Amino acid sequence: MTDAAVVGLDAPTPGARRALPVRRALMVPVALLLFVLVWEGYKAIGPADGGTIFGWKLIPRSNDRAMPHIVDMLRRFGRPEVRGANERTVLAVVIAATWYSLRLALLGFVLGVGTGLLLAMVMARFNLARRAVLPYLVVSQTVPLIALAPITVSWGGKLHLFGFDFQKWMSAAVLSAFLAFFPISVGALRGFASPKDSSLELLESYAASWWQGFRKLRFPSAVPYLVPALKLAASLAVVGVVVSEISIGLSSGIGRLIISYYQDGTSDPAKVFTAVIGAVALGLVMAGLVAGIDRFLTRNRPVEAGA
Amino acid sequence: MTAASVEAVSVGKVFNVGTRKQVDALVDVSLTIQPGEFVSLIGPSGCGKSTLLRVFADLLEPTSGTLSINGKSPRQARLDQDYGMAFQQAGLFDWRNVSKNIELPLEIRGWDAAKRRARSQEMLELVKLSDFAAHMPWQLSGGMQQRVAIARALAAHPPLLLMDEPFGALDEMTREHMQAELLGICAATSTTVVFVTHSIPEAVYLSDRVVVMSPRPGRITTIIDVGLGTGRNDDTREASEFYGKITEVREALRGAEFGVGARGIEDR
Repeated sequence: MTDAAVVGLDAPTPGARRALPVRRALMVPVALLLFVLVWEGYKAIGPADGGTIFGWKLIPRSNDRAMPHIVDMLRRFGRPEVRGANERTVLAVVIAATWYSLRLALLGFVLGVGTGLLLAMVMARFNLARRAVLPYLVVSQTVPLIALAPITVSWGGKLHLFGFDFQKWMSAAVLSAFLAFFPISVGALRGFASPKDSSLELLESYAASWWQGFRKLRFPSAVPYLVPALKLAASLAVVGVVVSEISIGLSSGIGRLIISYYQDGTSDPAKVFTAVIGAVALGLVMAGLVAGIDRFLTRNRPVEAGA
Repeated sequence: MTAASVEAVSVGKVFNVGTRKQVDALVDVSLTIQPGEFVSLIGPSGCGKSTLLRVFADLLEPTSGTLSINGKSPRQARLDQDYGMAFQQAGLFDWRNVSKNIELPLEIRGWDAAKRRARSQEMLELVKLSDFAAHMPWQLSGGMQQRVAIARALAAHPPLLLMDEPFGALDEMTREHMQAELLGICAATSTTVVFVTHSIPEAVYLSDRVVVMSPRPGRITTIIDVGLGTGRNDDTREASEFYGKITEVREALRGAEFGVGARGIEDR
């Protein structure tokens, strides 16, 4: 019996395990095209003023005010924000607002992931800390963000740390982090507790310190738990930024832009959707970032079923 | 004379002391294992053989008796990495390649990278897996994974190897192959081995002495000298001496169960 026979010729090799990158890249335009087809298809056949089923207004309206043509939305990007004024185009405004919110979401994501990991580490290390802190973490997520946003602004207004004044935009980042840290801390805590007893015994037999055990075993064991947690955290960071922009009145971001364009909705319906597209793009960039982190973390690992 | 590898005098282990769930896992275990010896612990489930191994490893503390490992306290022996351990599941780290898995105990000891790599190559040669250094564990068969686990256990050149049913999850052919490999490795490195197993032929084939244990409470009932010599090979498995010893161990196990057939023991 040779070793080659044991390992088998069809043993998977790292690069060949994932779907072809070309095929994956093609999925994005295909999905977009499908969406455009469904949107325009419904617009063609759906009732202009909606409809009712058993007295319930369930069928959406398909008129130009509720569902503008995709082409109109795209055209709207190229025209100035205010009709007649020779100012920046909508595209420039939406890009600037999206970029502003993206930076806040990234900051919130990084803060949230850092805080989440740190909390999970402390909870994994000290039983007492876990029993004391975990219930509060769960409760913290039941507080509505809308209620919290004004409070952070008014508290923050009284802070003057290290010579810096607490700015409004910091509130948005903090609130974004407040949403993002939760899945990370819960996922990481489960991950840090996931190594098998025999693996823990092995490290104990080496007389490894807790920190060595954390670096060599607990953290790498947590990676499969962190990947879905990071996805959740990224989308929550975006939600956190957009919602807190609206509720604290931060005017430079995409959240506020959606609201202000919505107010022009009756006369200029396509404009509302340009801001929505900006928000979608923001979500996609964050999702892409997390997919990159995911690929980095799970390189050299066997592919799990359904992953 | 050098210190015994394992010297246990009247060692006892009680779990859940003083509660209704109190269990006498080990009672009055006395056993001396000399350097270079290969000793198997065999007995039905619940006889405390794995517990005894963990007591030797200082993963569990004995509740009574005295124990020394290489002439030191078990704790000191663990801190000095005087022993290596291997379990039924190879327990390799999925995110490390074969070579990095073997280097793990050396990293914990703070060896520098060049020294680690050299030792890992040496160990891979010992277990005949030099071509697989860069493979990931999930690309290897069960038998190969277990060889990596043995290489990892021996990487720091410990004088003592503690093994808990290391071949229990392997198929019969691979298992016999691995037994022969293990004997070769032990001969080459003059490592003392304490080997927990469910299999009578495995214990007889590998061991200088077979320690027969019985449950409730866990204790040693008989110690059988095997003495099949150093030239063991596949022919040994068909020799009448081999079968004689298997019968002797089986009868000792039956006696340990007071005439009731020993449970949890494989006859193969």
